[in-house]
Amino acid sequence: MTAISIAFTLNGSPVSVDVDSAERLLDTLRYRLGLTGTKEGCGEGECGACTVHLDGLPVDSCLVPTYQVRGRRVDTVESLDPPALEPFARGGATQCGACTPGVVMTAWWIRDHPELLGTHTLRELMAGNLCRCTGYDGIVDSIGAVLGERGSA
Amino acid sequence: MTVLLPGSERDALEMLAAADGDAVPIAGATDLLVSWPGRLEDHRKTYVDLSGLAGLRPLRWTGDELVLGGLTSYWDVIRDVRVRQEFPLLVAAARQVGAIQIQVRGTWAGNIVNASPAADGVPVLMAYDAVVELESLRGREEVPLDRFYTGYKEMRRRPDQLVVAIRLPRRPYSVQKFVKVGSRRAQAIAKVGLAITRAAAGWRVVAASMAPTIRRCPTIERLLEEGAPVRGPDDLLPAIARDVSPIDDIRSTAAYRKRVMARVLYYELREACGWRA
Ligand SMILES: Cc1cc2nc3c(=O)[nH]c(=O)nc-3n(C[C@H](O)[C@H](O)[C@H](O)COP(=O)(O)OP(=O)(O)OC[C@H]3O[C@@H](n4cnc5c(N)ncnc54)[C@H](O)[C@@H]3O)c2cc1C
Ligand code: FES
Ligand code: FES
Repeated sequence: MTAISIAFTLNGSPVSVDVDSAERLLDTLRYRLGLTGTKEGCGEGECGACTVHLDGLPVDSCLVPTYQVRGRRVDTVESLDPPALEPFARGGATQCGACTPGVVMTAWWIRDHPELLGTHTLRELMAGNLCRCTGYDGIVDSIGAVLGERGSA
Repeated sequence: MTVLLPGSERDALEMLAAADGDAVPIAGATDLLVSWPGRLEDHRKTYVDLSGLAGLRPLRWTGDELVLGGLTSYWDVIRDVRVRQEFPLLVAAARQVGAIQIQVRGTWAGNIVNASPAADGVPVLMAYDAVVELESLRGREEVPLDRFYTGYKEMRRRPDQLVVAIRLPRRPYSVQKFVKVGSRRAQAIAKVGLAITRAAAGWRVVAASMAPTIRRCPTIERLLEEGAPVRGPDDLLPAIARDVSPIDDIRSTAAYRKRVMARVLYYELREACGWRA
């Protein structure tokens, strides 16, 4: 195992870390940088609980080798403003909460790119975020509420 | 694990050559990093990271070709309005690969070299007569995708070669279909996949999850070329039996796969071919 020194932008601030070359971004965030908001569900790219933004696009951090983010921009659930997440709490979009950090990261990407809804449905865009609790209607409706708020803001 | 970070495509080729077959290119990592913590064997390998080679990323158009780069992702293709118009099957297949998080990271070249018999990118590329461009220190080589695979996970690529481009001829098509049959719409591996095109160059029928490799179906293509009468899905079964050899596995059975392939072909092509029961 070899160590690599990398620098990248995390939630708007520059960070430099030495990481193991075999390390996943998910583990760097949680265990080296203390950002435990990002969760591990499956470790194989199926569930989306580990979703973060890499250069503004949603990715599964369990499938990103950390050295690949050198010089790039990473945003995690910790970058979101808690009051902005109110609709998810109100709308039954979260129960056990394991999927929620990933769900809201994908939702925020959609919120920042409403043009996506010209070609995709919300459900297609959210298909990479599995939830074992809510049955999805609460999630989809809450994202709709967030999009509506933004639309009228 | 050792990872080498090349500063240029040339560096990457030198690293692959110097490793004498022991270095693995890594791009979007959506195949290579699945269940990573438990795969200790793979932690001991040497990887050559392609993700920093920005020049390999863009897709480009020439007068007669669409050229995907060695790092072009599914998402790059999905967002390209011209691809949507001229090569709609690329977009249709890309949107059915995993889900968004996989589509923004996964690459077409990675899909080709991963060589899964159930892949979704490969069948549509093959139905468009894609040519794989390989490069090493020894030079460039072009292999038509329909002759690229030689057996299960075996292909005409040496370990020192990178896929640097995937070239698709631009042609008018009168038929373009992609059908993926899986357990659910997203995050599913195909039980049966079919990509079908018709251009002046003829019919292309490409089957996935039906043989050890993704492959064209020459008997069916001939039957379509000749305009043979087909009165129902069952009439296609003998040709299917000659072209593919599906297996029973965790996702499906050989018998189911053949039946589904016959039905999908029949109902997708009935109108274009004027078939009547
Ligand atoms: C949850 C999940 C769902 C998925 N769903 C689907 C699906 O529905 N359909 C489907 O087809 N696939 C699916 N995949 C598989 C995967 O996303 C694709 O095969 C993807 O295209 C691989 O590209 P990559 O860049 O991530 O490859 P990597 O993982 O980086 O590499 C894959 C292989 O290609 C080689 N390689 C990569 N680039 C090059 C190059 N330029 N030259 C030479 N060799 C190269 C690597 O050495 C490796 O052997 C899924 C994967 C996951 C994790
Ligand atoms: S933990 Fe990354 S997708 Fe499930
Ligand atoms: S709230 Fe429990 S998995 Fe989604």
